[in-house]
Amino acid sequence: MDMTASLIATTLSAGTPLALASLGLLINEKSGVVNLGAEGMMLMAAVVGFAVALHTGNQWAAFGAGAAVGALLAAALGLLVIWLGTNQYATGLALTLFGAGLSAFLGIDYVGKTLPNFPPWDIPGLSQLPFFGPALFRHHLMVYLTILLALGMIWFFDRTRAGLVLRAVGESPEVAHALGYPVRRIRLLALVCGGALVGVAGAYLSVIYTPLWVQGMTAGRGWIALALTTFATWRPARVLLGAYLFGGVTMLQFFFQGSGVQVPSQLLSMLPYIATIVVLALMSRNPLWIRVNMPASIGKPFTPGG
Amino acid sequence: MLRLEARAEPSRWMVWLSPLLALAITVAFGVGIFLAMGKSPLLGLSMFFWEPIKSPYNLSELALKATPLILIGLGLAACYRSNVWNIGAEGQYILGAIFGGGVALLAGDHTPHAIVLPVLLAGVLGGMVWAALVAALRDWFNANEILVSLMLVYVAQYLLDYLVYGPWKDPEGYNFPQTRMFADPTLLGHLIDGTRLNWGFPIALVAVALVWVFLFRSVAGFRLQVGGLAPGAARYAGYSSRKALWTVLLMSGGFAGLAGALDAIGPLQQLTPQVSQGYGFAAIIVAFVGRLNPVGIVLSGALMAMFYIGGELAQSRLGLPNAMTGVFQGLLLFALLACDTLIHHRIRLKR
Repeated sequence: MDMTASLIATTLSAGTPLALASLGLLINEKSGVVNLGAEGMMLMAAVVGFAVALHTGNQWAAFGAGAAVGALLAAALGLLVIWLGTNQYATGLALTLFGAGLSAFLGIDYVGKTLPNFPPWDIPGLSQLPFFGPALFRHHLMVYLTILLALGMIWFFDRTRAGLVLRAVGESPEVAHALGYPVRRIRLLALVCGGALVGVAGAYLSVIYTPLWVQGMTAGRGWIALALTTFATWRPARVLLGAYLFGGVTMLQFFFQGSGVQVPSQLLSMLPYIATIVVLALMSRNPLWIRVNMPASIGKPFTPGG
Repeated sequence: MLRLEARAEPSRWMVWLSPLLALAITVAFGVGIFLAMGKSPLLGLSMFFWEPIKSPYNLSELALKATPLILIGLGLAACYRSNVWNIGAEGQYILGAIFGGGVALLAGDHTPHAIVLPVLLAGVLGGMVWAALVAALRDWFNANEILVSLMLVYVAQYLLDYLVYGPWKDPEGYNFPQTRMFADPTLLGHLIDGTRLNWGFPIALVAVALVWVFLFRSVAGFRLQVGGLAPGAARYAGYSSRKALWTVLLMSGGFAGLAGALDAIGPLQQLTPQVSQGYGFAAIIVAFVGRLNPVGIVLSGALMAMFYIGGELAQSRLGLPNAMTGVFQGLLLFALLACDTLIHHRIRLKR
């Protein structure tokens, strides 16, 4: 396969879990809840998804299980931050620590197990094109679904009434409440839906992308996905773009190694994390720019009539 | 039906009862796990709550384990009190071990024992450098400190990996990723014969006193807490939020770095990729369970050390996975945050 085509292909594949998770977190944040539990949710979904895939041999059951785990943990998070009004940072962090611990605990028997191969979906006709075929049209179905999801979210936020209500809840819960919308229930719904997507991202990672279960295998992807929402100034299309960019950075290290450049692998492995920091700093440099784009009530609990 | 009702004023009792309640919930969950794994819950719980304290030697091991947790927790308490969300203490700890270990590697068998001081100072510096990156990016670029500090944990771990797999690898270490053992003069001596307890623990207790005075008896400490509780009021009073940011980050970075250096020349005696066992993250829980109060942190640090030791014992004696420690830690914080609701609210029965 052409080197460039293969770089594009692996970039799309590596960017997909990031994009899925980040789009999920975007739904959370649009409703005013920041979810620092993403990393733990991804890990839990990854281990459960892997187990389901191993026992059933069905990848869609695995995705479903991952989504369910993500939704369930998101609901637990929502109970605390939305109804009990606990600090969103601390609670999300607790969920991440809990998820990291529990996934390691549950996954002990699955380390080193291998899954049946779930082949990519070669789009008939298009996948036979030279260059474009291997680069763009021989991916797992989830890669295309993720792109559709991002497009769907653009439509949802900008063109539907429900999207407008969700944004209103995130921008000004008081006003949404005064208009008669159940702010806390909407937030919970947003949290659960976003959590399900984060869960699918985790399952994709362990079932399709790696496909292995290793303790702590998300390696900070949940956190990078969080950074991506800021990077994208809370817009779905930019989330997608950012995710592929980071997928590319992740892949770059393997290409460096493959091309025989003499750089220690550990230093190359730092790249995605350093890139996250650099990009975050550049995007945040203008506080006004962030304030204009960020949902105004992010991180703040809302008590009706309180 | 049960209903939550706001209290007229926060309950002072619940502030300290809430951690106990959270611990009870965690223990109940633990009993469930032991039963599910077919082990006696009593035996399982004794690994966590009785074995670590049953003999003077075990207590000394507990203090050894609690030292880094207390030190890091202290710095984090100052951060969280001023609303600075440093969650990358793990990376700052690793940098402390790298810097301290680097100085220790320079020493030979005939270096004076005073080399310990530069080692520890280097550790403090290492942690501070890593935290200063967070402060600088937050201060100059408005970059979110949660994400930056966390990303730096991964960078720190890879830096450590690079050093012990590469330039610092012991040439006589059979190609294992580890540095050579530190020379004898660099090592912390044992305080009590027959134990591994070293000067780290007394240093941590002194730090507890210092941080207590700083937070509750100094103007600077007062200012940064006002900044955390009421940023508007702090601005109006002319307290600099930038100064608070740099102060608490350098402070927590320094403490975490000190902890890393102490562990490097204490129990570890060399650098390996597994220098940290997640102390930087566990210390977040220590800080919250200890109510962001230095004295409380001593107790919660000891509790978290029990979780670590108990997890190891449950693995070696009962054949239970060590990962249970992480489950209990995360659950404890989650339960604590839920229970903290009762500080400002009470539960009423309502029909």
